[in-house]
Order: sequence, then structure tokens, then C-alpha cells
Amino acid sequence: MSSAAAKKPRPKYLSLFALLFEIRLPAPAWVSGLHRISGALLFFPFVAWLLYLLDTSLASEQGFAHVHDHYLKLPLAKIGLLIFIWAYAHHFCAGIRFLLLDLNKGIALPQARMTSYMVFAASLLLTAFFGWRLW
Amino acid sequence: MVNRVVVGAHYGVGSWLAQRITAVIMAVYSVILLVMFMSGRPISYGVWRDLFAQGWMRVATLLFAVSLGWHAWVGVRDIIMDYARPDGLRLALQVITILVIAAYLGWTVQILWR
Repeated sequence: MSSAAAKKPRPKYLSLFALLFEIRLPAPAWVSGLHRISGALLFFPFVAWLLYLLDTSLASEQGFAHVHDHYLKLPLAKIGLLIFIWAYAHHFCAGIRFLLLDLNKGIALPQARMTSYMVFAASLLLTAFFGWRLW
Repeated sequence: MVNRVVVGAHYGVGSWLAQRITAVIMAVYSVILLVMFMSGRPISYGVWRDLFAQGWMRVATLLFAVSLGWHAWVGVRDIIMDYARPDGLRLALQVITILVIAAYLGWTVQILWR
């Protein structure tokens, strides 16, 4: 009975706050979590948004001019585009990492950590590059 | 594989494989499209319209859209099964997801074969 107070309650449910600020998640966990978040964002709203842009830009010359010269020049649209590029780049890079993990490549912890940092670096560099191209 | 529950999990090897195959299809399409954009001249309406007027581009884009729908179905279903516990809520969210995917595909066909 003396150790009752020291015994940690199990199972332990982690709040979002705890996940973000109290415990340090390893890099592969961030890759995985952000892969899920980016995937959800790509499904909604980004697919709907891109279909709207494709629809408008292909419908007529005026529609194309509206999207190309006005709509996508708006700061909010540019921020949206930047978030889309990051989400796509991260989902793409992390997805390739998962495909390799499925093939038993990079399973060992040091490699798994290293490829996680590579995914972060690659997706941020891609976002910076295409963001710069678009601006 | 007898004890299948409609809102259950843990028997998704087919879905798992489909998600990976559709991922590769979308990756190939993305890279091809990206290379075309990066190597090409500034895009005007004529270039844009002519690109999507070609049969192969329409079919490739449709294949991308179908892959996306299938891939997203597996992924979003995974998310729903992880976080939406009550059966009714889970079913409702899954139905909404299917309807959204169907709407996306319908819209894509409408855009491509106008």
C-alpha cells in the first residue's frame, strides 16, 4: 500500500496540451502526426478549393484571368496556397518514407530519426522554393 | 475473417495495399505535372486549356482523381475510426466522407469533359 501514491494511473490519456507542451514527441511521431493532419487538410478543404480553381480557370478566358491575375494575388489566397504546398510536400515526403518503411527500409531507430528530419527539411525546402516561385 | 463488424477494424489489408498503390499513382502524376510546369513557359489561358483538352491529360487527371478518392477514403476512414467512437457518429462521418468523395469525382468529370 505504501507505493499506491507512486503508482501511475494506467491507461494514461494524453490531452492535446500534454502532447504539445508537456512531453517531447520523437521526430518520427511528428512526421506521422503531421502526415495525418496534412492529409485531412488536403482532403478538405484543399481538394474542393483546387477543383474550384481548376473549374474557374478552365471555364473561360475571363475565368482564367480572374484566377491568375486577381484571385491568387490576394494575400489570403497566397497564404492558403502556401499551406497547401506545405501540406502536399509533407504528405508526399512522409508518404515516401512510409512506403520505404513498409519495405523494411530505414526501420532501425537512428535511420528512422534521420529520415524524419529529412522529411521535415525536404518539405520545408519545397514549400520555400515554390512559395518563392509563386510570390 | 468471419467476425466482421460493419463499424469495425483490423481487417484492412486490401485497403492498406490500395492506399499504397494509389499513393504511387498520384506521386507519378504529381511529378510529371510539376516537371511540365517548371520546364514550360509562363502559362496563358491557351496553354492551360490546350493541356486539359488533350485526351491523355483528361484520362490521367481522372485516374489521379479516382486514386485520390480511394486513397482519401482509406485515410479519412482511419482518422474517423481513431477518434469517432460512437457507432452512429462514426457511420454518419463515413457517409459524409463518401458523399464528399462522390461529389469531388462528379465535379472532376464535369470539369474535364465540359
